[in-house]
Amino acid sequence: MWQWFHRLGSPRWFYQTSGKWLPWLAGITFVLLLVGLVWGLGFAPRDAKQGNSFRIIYIHVPASFLALAGYYVMAIAGAVGLIWKMKLADMVMKSAAPLGAALTFVALVTGAIWGKPTWGTYWVWDARITSMLVLLFLYMGVMALQHSYTSVDAANKASAVLSLVGMVNIPIIYKSVDWWYTLHQPATIKFTEAPTMHPDMFHPLLVMIVGFYCFYALVLILNTRSEILHRERRSSWVKDVVLQNQR
Amino acid sequence: MGYGFAAILRRDLLLAFRNRGEIANPVIFFFIVVTLVPLGLTPEASRLAEIAPGILWVMALLASLLSVEGLFHSDYRDGTLEQLVISPQPLYLMVLAKILAHWLITGLPLTLLAPVLGMMLSLPAAGYLPLVLGLLMGTAVLSLLGAIGAGLTVALRKGGLLLSLIVMPLYMPVLIFGASAVQRSVDGFSVQGPLAVMGALLAFSLLVAPFATAGALRVSMHG
Amino acid sequence: MIFRFDSFQHFLQMDGHGGYVWSAYLIAILVMVWLVAGPLFRQSRVRQTVTRELRRETARHHSAGEAGKE
Repeated sequence: MWQWFHRLGSPRWFYQTSGKWLPWLAGITFVLLLVGLVWGLGFAPRDAKQGNSFRIIYIHVPASFLALAGYYVMAIAGAVGLIWKMKLADMVMKSAAPLGAALTFVALVTGAIWGKPTWGTYWVWDARITSMLVLLFLYMGVMALQHSYTSVDAANKASAVLSLVGMVNIPIIYKSVDWWYTLHQPATIKFTEAPTMHPDMFHPLLVMIVGFYCFYALVLILNTRSEILHRERRSSWVKDVVLQNQR
Repeated sequence: MGYGFAAILRRDLLLAFRNRGEIANPVIFFFIVVTLVPLGLTPEASRLAEIAPGILWVMALLASLLSVEGLFHSDYRDGTLEQLVISPQPLYLMVLAKILAHWLITGLPLTLLAPVLGMMLSLPAAGYLPLVLGLLMGTAVLSLLGAIGAGLTVALRKGGLLLSLIVMPLYMPVLIFGASAVQRSVDGFSVQGPLAVMGALLAFSLLVAPFATAGALRVSMHG
Repeated sequence: MIFRFDSFQHFLQMDGHGGYVWSAYLIAILVMVWLVAGPLFRQSRVRQTVTRELRRETARHHSAGEAGKE
């Protein structure tokens, strides 16, 4: 078991194995996203209250899911890197930060665009949007800290500590923002995301969520691979890989 | 074990007492920015009273944030921090001592000054007790959380702005519960709930934050 | 399953919500393309530098070998 664990920690092993899986993952992701996109845009029924603007849900909700899950991925990778001094985990953590921030950004922007036809304004201090904004700040903090260290090792350890602190804090922040919102909730604004979505609407959403998970994994692997190549560019195995590709 | 704690606490307080000007800085900052509010908004008492709870809390938060940057700086520069990290004493306690000293120097004066500023912003009478109680616990939480950021950025040349970027999202629950305790009391509701949550936040960060700060300092010292 | 719009025009307009829906999808797709292209681009740049270094190394070997012959 431990041998397996250490092999997994080897960047070279990861690079070679992930290379074999990558085309499959890319294909599945592409098909899922394409199916979900066409289904959600053209074939799902329009919402009775919100009309066609509700179709934004098919990117907004999956992006929000992955934005939050991505923070946990980052923090857990950081913890593994801190505890077992695993180089690969550090690289995964470093790759997860901009990816998660980008998805948080997508969730925020699509939420704002959705808000305009639904609430009549782009920005509402709603509990979920505010939490999402705080999440974006947390990601930005980790990225800023990562970039401000000159030593790669120190940068990784520092941002791992910060993302762990953030992970512990996220539930507290989310709960307190929720509580804050119930205090100030304006009566006129009510966001009805029906708990019982019609299956015709829900199935494409499910496809999109699975597609986004695959997309997340794909980009995380791609990022990690480029990080591995960059960091081990002086090693002989990277030179071999480059030579092989030229032939 | 307790000896190291007491020694550091005494040393930090003594150092602060010798540089009295520096202790006053966050308090003066708090005073000045609160003065800016009526100038920028309105001198009208009723409108000031409306926003007083939020303003007081935001400004106290900023004052605490600005002061926490220097928590480890001088120790880092003169090598004391290195000694602390490699000493056999538990780093958790030493860090806790430094945070406690920081709170006594900044959080406590801010708390004591807050009612005066509340009066100047015509905060209704019901708001004072929850303001002081909330700040008493809340500034301690702010010091504890800020120490994590200070530990992470102490080795960086331009840590100040980065520190606020890192720490401010973590401050948000404190702000929410602190300000709403005051607001609820002004509106005539019970404040037990938010103050109890603030107590819970304090207990939790007392347990966890010095630990994270110790880890952050180890990273800063040894990469 | 049926296509919910009568015409392509209708599909684009989405009963007045077309601008919102399409801009949201466009932004999401742009960000996602950028997310995929970024690491691919970085990887190809690393490959280029490694290739250049390899070429330089072999050139150095060659010249060293020739110097040995003389």
